Amino acid sequence: MLKKEVSLKGNSFAVRVKKDFLRNKYVYLMAIPVLLYYIAFCYMPMYGAIIAFKNYKIVDGILGSEWVGLQWFIKFINDYSFVRVLKNTVLLSFFSILWTFPAPIIFALFLNEIRSNKYKRVVQTLTYLPHFISLVVICGLIVQFVGRDGMITSILVNVFGMERTNLLADPAKFRTIYILSELWQGIGWNSIIYLSALSAIDLQLYEAAELDGAGRWRKMFHITIPSIVPTIIIMLILKLGHFMTIGYEKVMLLYSPNIYETADIISTYVYRIGLLEGAQYSYSTAIGLFNSIINVMILIIANKISNKVTGQGLW
Amino acid sequence: MRKSRTLGEIVFDIFLYVIMTGMILIMVLPMVHVIMASFSNSTEVLRANGLILFPKDFNIAAYEMVAKNPNIFSGYRTTLVVVLCGTFLSIIITSLGAYVLSRRNLMWGNTILGIVMFTMFFSGGMIPFYLIVNNTLHLGNSIWALILPSCLSTWNLIVMRTSFCQIPDSLIESAQIDGANDFIILFRIVIPASMAIVAVMILFYGVSYWNSWFNAVLFIKSRTKYPLQLILREILVNNNTDEMMTSVALAERDSIGESIKYATVVVSTLPILCVYPFLQKYFVKGVMVGAVKG
Repeated sequence: MLKKEVSLKGNSFAVRVKKDFLRNKYVYLMAIPVLLYYIAFCYMPMYGAIIAFKNYKIVDGILGSEWVGLQWFIKFINDYSFVRVLKNTVLLSFFSILWTFPAPIIFALFLNEIRSNKYKRVVQTLTYLPHFISLVVICGLIVQFVGRDGMITSILVNVFGMERTNLLADPAKFRTIYILSELWQGIGWNSIIYLSALSAIDLQLYEAAELDGAGRWRKMFHITIPSIVPTIIIMLILKLGHFMTIGYEKVMLLYSPNIYETADIISTYVYRIGLLEGAQYSYSTAIGLFNSIINVMILIIANKISNKVTGQGLW
Repeated sequence: MRKSRTLGEIVFDIFLYVIMTGMILIMVLPMVHVIMASFSNSTEVLRANGLILFPKDFNIAAYEMVAKNPNIFSGYRTTLVVVLCGTFLSIIITSLGAYVLSRRNLMWGNTILGIVMFTMFFSGGMIPFYLIVNNTLHLGNSIWALILPSCLSTWNLIVMRTSFCQIPDSLIESAQIDGANDFIILFRIVIPASMAIVAVMILFYGVSYWNSWFNAVLFIKSRTKYPLQLILREILVNNNTDEMMTSVALAERDSIGESIKYATVVVSTLPILCVYPFLQKYFVKGVMVGAVKG
C-alpha cells in the first residue's frame, strides 16, 4: 500500500484521479446512493432556496421565475410579526438551552455517584423511556394533562390553590410547559453521552486523590467535572448549531392562535404562511433562509469562541 | 478499600436516593395514569381530580372502540409498512455510506465527508424541501414521501462510520488479498463484525420512522394513507374522538370519549416500549461510539 502511494505522487492530477478511481471503483459505486440522497433531499432544496430572491410561480418553476432581489427580506423585516417571531424564537431557544442543557449533566453526575448498580440501572431504564414515546403522543398527553380538567391542572389546583383554567391557553405559561416537558423527555436520554464520558475517566486519578485526602465533593469538582468538560463543550456547540430551529415540531403540536404571542416562532410562521394559509412560497422561503443564516452564524461564532477559550471545537 | 463514611457522605447518599426516587416517580406516574385511565370509565376520568392510580369502574370499552376503529387500523398498517421498508433501506444505505467514509486511502473521501457534514448545519429550509419533494420529485401523497426523505440520518451515518473505523485493517486487507471486492468485504466481514451497531441503528431508525409525523403532514393528502401518528394527532391533540364513536349512542359518548384517548396512547406506544428494554444495552453503546467522535 505504501508503495502505491509513493508511485502515485509525481503523477499528474488526472492520472492520480484515474488510478484512484480504478482501485476504488466499488467504493465509489457504493457512494452513489448516498450522494443521490444528499443531492435530492439536502442540496436540491438548498438550490431551491434561491426562490427567496425570486418571485416564484409554480408555472415558471424555480429557474424561470423572475429575480426580485432582497424584496422578501425587506418585507419580512417590516412585517408586523417580525419582532414577535424573532423574539419568541430566541427566548424559547435560550431558556430551553438554559434549563435542558445542564440538567442531563447534573443528572449524570448524580447517577454516577450511586453505588448500587442495580438501582442505577432501574433509574436509567425508566428515565430513557420517554425518549421512545412519539412526540405526537407526548404533546397529546400534555394537551390532556394541562387542560381545564386535566391531571396536572387538578394537582396544581388542589395543592397550590391555583385557579382552574386551560394552562395551554395562557401565553404566559407556554414556555414553562414547553421546557418542563422537554426536560421530562430528554433528561435521561441526553445523560447517556455524559455517563459514557464519566465511565472513561481513569480510576487511578480518583485513587491518587483519595490518598491526598480528597472527599467526594472535591473529587467531583477537581476530577470528574474537568474530565467531561470537552464532551460538554462539543455538545453545547452542537446544540447551538440548531439554536434557531429548536423544537418547532413540538411547538406546532402545542400552540394555538390564543398563544401566538409567546409561542409563534420563525419555523412555525414559515409553515403557516408558506403552506397552511397562503402559498407564499418565495416569502416564506426568504424567512426560512434568514433563519438558517442566523443559525450558521451562531454556530460559527460559538465554535470560534470555544476554540479561543478552551482550545477545542468542531473544526 | 472504603473508609467509614463521614456524616456528610451519608447525608449526600440519602439526598441522592431521594432525588433519584423522585425522578423515577416523575417518569413513571404519568404512564401509570395513562394506563389506568384507559381502563376506566370516562366520566370518572373527568371527575378524577388528579392522578389515577387504580382503574375507576374498570372496563375495556375504550379498547373495544379502538379495535373497531378503521382509521387506527389503516394508520397502523401504513406505519408498519413505512417502518419495515424504511428501516431496511436505511440500514443498507447507511452501511454503504459508513463503509465509504471509513476507507482511508480514498482520494475523494474527505470531499464526500464534507458534503455529508455540511448538511448537518445548513439546510434550504422547509418550503424548498416541500417544493422539491412534492413538485420536482413528484413524491406527494405517496408512501415513498414518508420513507425516502428520511432514509438517511447524518448523525447515524457518522456513528456507524466511527464503529466501522474500529475494525482492524488487517482483517480487511487479508480479504482484499484473497480477492474479495468491497461489496463482499462490507456484507461478509464488516457488517457481521459490527452487529451491535447494526442493532442500534435498527432501533434508532425504526423508532424514528414509527414516531415521525411531520413529513406526513407535508406530503400525505388522502386520509387512507395517513400514518398512525396523524391519526393520533387528530384524536389526542385536536381532541377529535367523535368520529370514532359514530356507532355509539350520544348518551354513552361521554362515558367513553375520554378513556378512548388513553387507550389509543397505550395501543400505539406499547410495541416500542416492549422492545426497548431488551435493546437498551446496545443503544447505550451506540451513543457512546458517537461520543468518541463528537
